[in-house]
Amino acid sequence: MLIGMLEIQRSLVDAIVAHARADHPDEACGVIAGPIGSDRPERLIPMVNAVRCPTLYEFDSMDLLRLYREMDDRDEVPVVIYHSHPATQAYPSITDITQASEPDAHYVVVSIRETGPAEGPFDFRSFRIVDGEVTEEAVHILE
Amino acid sequence: MSIEVRIPTILRPYTSGEKLVSAQGATLEEVMNDLEGNYPGIGERLIDESGLRRFINIYVNDEDVRFLDGLQSVIGENDSITILPAVAGG
Repeated sequence: MLIGMLEIQRSLVDAIVAHARADHPDEACGVIAGPIGSDRPERLIPMVNAVRCPTLYEFDSMDLLRLYREMDDRDEVPVVIYHSHPATQAYPSITDITQASEPDAHYVVVSIRETGPAEGPFDFRSFRIVDGEVTEEAVHILE
Repeated sequence: MSIEVRIPTILRPYTSGEKLVSAQGATLEEVMNDLEGNYPGIGERLIDESGLRRFINIYVNDEDVRFLDGLQSVIGENDSITILPAVAGG
């Protein structure tokens, strides 16, 4: 039984999966911003994976500053922080857990290990990561 | 001289939830020491024995201090400092 929940529009799920496929074999990463206090992911911002790697991701530091300034100006927070696992399961890695830095965000991991860049089944899961502790939550897709 | 410092969500427990605090100092290191004096515990989240922590970004105005002089970066009267943890993982 999962306690928390991420509610997210189908179009945003599709956009994240498309981003994961486009950046395959490297990890894709990004944010969905939403109004402060709403817990509602609204504005998808695909980010460049500055380390361009199949097993790691990191936002470029200047991109990060611009992103947070822009969210601040728009009274937004990062409701979702997403990244892809091109070849492994949709579960946070040790690195994901030790580097998680947004206690209020939904950490989405999408695995495309079955299909790689092609269309087909994927695994889309969401987690809270707080103080090194991972809690999976339900994903409710709004059609 | 009072410098404005923006604190990220994950470090706000140290600042009683404040997003914006003021600090004193003529270099980034002095500002960090002043922050630690006022908000004990915050310093070690930012700095370790080798310097600025790998997954912490600090900006003076619009510059990443790694492209300035790191902890020795000079801070002026009207500068503002932003702290952002890296968004990274594996």
